[in-house]
Amino acid sequence: MSTLQEIASCAWRIRRYAVRMGEVQGQGYVGQALGYADVLAVAYGHAMNFKPEDPEWEGRDRFLLSHGHYAIAHYAAMIEAGIIPESELETYGSDDSRLPMSGMATYTPGMEISGGSLGQGLPIAVGIALGLRHQKNPAFVYNSMSDGELDEGSVWEAAMSAAHHGLGNLICMVDINNQQADGPSSKVLGFEPLADKWASFGWHVQRVDGNHLPAVLRAFDTARSLTDAKPRVILCDTLMGKGVPFLEAREKNHFIRVDPPEWQQALAILDENAPEGAQA
Amino acid sequence: MNTVAQKKPRLTTSAMIASIASEGQRVQAAPFGKALVEYADSHPEVVGMTADLAKYTDLHLFAQAYPERFFQMGMAEQLLMGAAGGMAKTGLVPFATTYAVFGTRRAYDFIHQVIAEENLNVKICCALPGLTTGYGPSHQATEDLAMMRAIPGLTIVDPCDALDIEQAVPQIAEHKGPVYMRLLRGNVPLVLDEYNYTFELGKAKMLREGGDVLVISSGFMTMRTLEVVKQLEADKVHVAVLHCPTIKPLDEATILAEVRKPGRLVVVAENHSIVGGLGEAVASLLMREGVLPAKFRMLALPDAFLDAGALPTLHDRYGISAEKMNSRIKAWLA
Repeated sequence: MSTLQEIASCAWRIRRYAVRMGEVQGQGYVGQALGYADVLAVAYGHAMNFKPEDPEWEGRDRFLLSHGHYAIAHYAAMIEAGIIPESELETYGSDDSRLPMSGMATYTPGMEISGGSLGQGLPIAVGIALGLRHQKNPAFVYNSMSDGELDEGSVWEAAMSAAHHGLGNLICMVDINNQQADGPSSKVLGFEPLADKWASFGWHVQRVDGNHLPAVLRAFDTARSLTDAKPRVILCDTLMGKGVPFLEAREKNHFIRVDPPEWQQALAILDENAPEGAQA
Repeated sequence: MNTVAQKKPRLTTSAMIASIASEGQRVQAAPFGKALVEYADSHPEVVGMTADLAKYTDLHLFAQAYPERFFQMGMAEQLLMGAAGGMAKTGLVPFATTYAVFGTRRAYDFIHQVIAEENLNVKICCALPGLTTGYGPSHQATEDLAMMRAIPGLTIVDPCDALDIEQAVPQIAEHKGPVYMRLLRGNVPLVLDEYNYTFELGKAKMLREGGDVLVISSGFMTMRTLEVVKQLEADKVHVAVLHCPTIKPLDEATILAEVRKPGRLVVVAENHSIVGGLGEAVASLLMREGVLPAKFRMLALPDAFLDAGALPTLHDRYGISAEKMNSRIKAWLA
């Protein structure tokens, strides 16, 4: 299989894991997970340097889940990456599980931060990037956040600081699905023109269709190979529910309601459209 | 011609961060900065971070000594605390400084979620605690202890003088976990060297014995108490002073043992709002343990937005000047 095929399989499995976790709870941010699976597949299946058996390995690239409610997607990616055993998927969101609904560093191997109080990931990422650079550790820091999070002022404090400090070891991904708690992000607090905003803050900016794997792959490769001492942002336009047409078409909600039989229907649709050579 | 000014000369508000030392008092310059520079010499993991207030927290000394270990984060306190947490995650020990109002009120969620929830090794050192500036509520951190006490696992230190600060720095650095320390900077009074005292994280220390009153105090109110005690002594009022620089975890055993000694008026004196500081911490301890003193009083700042003005005027107005302390304690004894 080509790299692209492998990553497509990886994204497909991430979607399947997320749907299965959603079924365990009967709910969850599955729309976001389906929409963001391609970005996570490139991050964990291609771009990032890590040792699945040693999630605290000093040389690892750090992946910060600032939008803690995307934990279901992140767990799926970490199951795919071999950091979390697949069997643990059954415990998602349950009492005493290592996989709580909102991601927390103290609960889950590979979870670098406790996100969820939105707007904290990027400030932390700045500190980690400064700390790694100070200690001559060549690892990258990937901060993952959502478009709604752009409302938080701390994001822009950190954006300004990352450029000021020339943090070429910092890559930020923004999932733009145009959906937050109270409705479309652009209606809640308009954030466009987003590429111009980041560029004016001194960042190297790429905006891609976050569900078009070749584009996402190229964007990650570019972000990692640039030599400029400036932070990089990849703005990823994604479609909530991607890969399951009846969820894609559903009236967009931050928290998609899924009826019990629909979980199996979603899995069946994913399986019908499995990429060539993909195995669950 | 201003006739009012002629009749009644008024004190003016001093520079925001003027020394709290009274005239003629022995002082030491920049004890925090100097102690940190000394400690960091053999501890390369220590880094300094600030939100545009290095000069006003004495961190500039660290910046001069170790420019490669100093990180200017700009006037952005949420970023400061978030990034300090990030630094700690890479194994460094950040000392993050700003004013207490900004560090606590503005960056609270970042301290709570990024730093404390993961028990990260960040030392938050904040100047202008309580009523140490006449600039009004924007700069007066009169509720910082209440806010910080509510955060699980956070160690809180309210030092009295230059000696306390100098000795606290290496100890909070060695402590594994987050610390919030109130900072006195610039020319900081030196008083505790006369009391055979050493700072010990987590410990309250008796500075002097006395049979009529037990004052439990922290921060510069300990200094003020020691001054008042000398005046009261002349009036045959004997005051014991228990200095309690670690606000959390509280040295409950020592406090209980001292309060159990019968027949004394117990006063808790602090440079903080009467809500949620050392006074309420001690009061709740005593209630929980059923240790009830003959009389219990709290000498603290009112639950109010305080006035702007000259510090001596304000300390007098809010009852924490030496003169007011003296008369209040006498009234409580009557």
